[in-house]
Amino acid sequence: MSEANQNPRLSIRSCGECCTRLRDFGVRLRGEAVLEDINLHMHCGELTALIGPNGAGKTTLLRAMVGELPHSGTLRFIHHGNVESTSPIRIGYVPQKLELDRTSSTTVLDLFASAISRWPLWVGTRNAVKQAAHEKLALVGADQLLNRRLSEISVGQLQRIMLALALTPVPELLLLDEPVAALDQGGMELFYQTVSKMRQEYDLSILLVSHDLTAAAQFADRMILLNKTVLCDGPPREILLNPLIRQTFGFGYTEAEIEGRRPLLSALQHEQCALPAGRLS
Amino acid sequence: MSMWHALILSLPYEWAQYEFMHYALLAVLLITPLLAVMGCLVINNQMAFFSEAMGHSALTGVALGALIGLGNPSATIIGFAVLLALGMFLLRRYSALPTDTSIALVMAFVVALGVVLLSRGGGFAKYSRYLIGDILTITPTELGGLAVLAGVAGVLWVFLFNAFFFVSLNRSLASSRGLPTAFLEALFAVLVAVVVSVSIPWVGLLVINSMLILPAATARNLAWNTRRYVLGSVIVSLLSGVLGLICSYYWNTATGATIVLWACGFFALSLALRRR
Repeated sequence: MSEANQNPRLSIRSCGECCTRLRDFGVRLRGEAVLEDINLHMHCGELTALIGPNGAGKTTLLRAMVGELPHSGTLRFIHHGNVESTSPIRIGYVPQKLELDRTSSTTVLDLFASAISRWPLWVGTRNAVKQAAHEKLALVGADQLLNRRLSEISVGQLQRIMLALALTPVPELLLLDEPVAALDQGGMELFYQTVSKMRQEYDLSILLVSHDLTAAAQFADRMILLNKTVLCDGPPREILLNPLIRQTFGFGYTEAEIEGRRPLLSALQHEQCALPAGRLS
Repeated sequence: MSMWHALILSLPYEWAQYEFMHYALLAVLLITPLLAVMGCLVINNQMAFFSEAMGHSALTGVALGALIGLGNPSATIIGFAVLLALGMFLLRRYSALPTDTSIALVMAFVVALGVVLLSRGGGFAKYSRYLIGDILTITPTELGGLAVLAGVAGVLWVFLFNAFFFVSLNRSLASSRGLPTAFLEALFAVLVAVVVSVSIPWVGLLVINSMLILPAATARNLAWNTRRYVLGSVIVSLLSGVLGLICSYYWNTATGATIVLWACGFFALSLALRRR
């Protein structure tokens, strides 16, 4: 039933043979368990949206997955035939933002070159690197920005560039940390369209952290409600109708709202401002 | 070295006749590019205030050297700065205290401690050379030390510049690509501590941070990619260094501060050129 509700543009056939597996994953910060008992499978070609209230540990989970924070349990890539990969999982990561000031002279090419080449930036950039960057940027429609400075391009363009970088080299798992938080409606849709295209192209498993429940539901195949641990996990429609959503966020969704998800998207956002809680009693 | 002397002696200028100017010029040519490249990364990492604190920690380093009874306190200046850098790295990474607040606290402490220890018995004046520096007294042995440091830093700039640069953009992003971010950040903090404290006796702790930051800030105003940013910083730094050294000879002023005034001039020029 959830399949029927998916945007036909986005539904694809996944190989379903490989996946990323989190087993007994947990994070302790300053002696306190921030995340515990997380067990998840993310299948190839599947976009999983990670939702949860502020302080639920969404970003902490991502930071632990990329290896920035120590964690318990395992994060493994499983090849088809249930063969666990022995090497560390290759992760593509799109951060929420970059720490850049307006005077920064870093160009899009510098960003790529410093990530994929050992040839020092101050010596120059080799043609092979330029070509690789150009190819990946073309995939997200940003190849004309190669020599522009990061500080002078729009937030939406920057997010698509970060996506292109995350796909160089093609990862086993793509992590997106609220990539559309700073984008307007048009920018958001363009970004999600690009992500979907990439998912088809590379059969990627994608984990997307999002604050925007309806937008996440619109684009995801699967949704995970996180609050210190996984509260529920399933098709977006089922998750949004789950009473746990009301308990966690203080508001819920009716079937009708989710049926007419697309036209309601902007209407819902307005309503949430006017009526923060108890809207659907 | 004799070739160097011959080369400078062949210049038709008054300052070129003195041996100490030959050594000082060589020191400037070694120190300024070193500081210039590092300054670019210091600005990218928003660590300008951190490097300032490293400079000021030299007061305590000098005092510790005097307490132990060292004739030349270089070892304690470097040792103390490195310990402090590692401490501040841990504070920045693992404490909730805002970075600028914690640096201000640490800086207040090391300056106060250094001044108290050095001023015991009213003897502070004899340490004022560390405040303003004196590049004209550098000896060939000390130049050798500087050359070794410049060589080590140069090797690091070749092999690790991109890694340092990428970590400065976003730490999580760098982690996701397998870079050892904690190690790189700690290594960079230590490198700043070492380069700053080695330069202090020649440049002076009051102006060392300007020599680190100004050339990079100047280049940043005009550069439209990272390569030009770094090379621009090196060029501004070398020009300020040489002009500052020669002017300080004719004006009979402290060399470090004279170099910084030139760098300020170049910065002002870059601001004017920025808005065309």
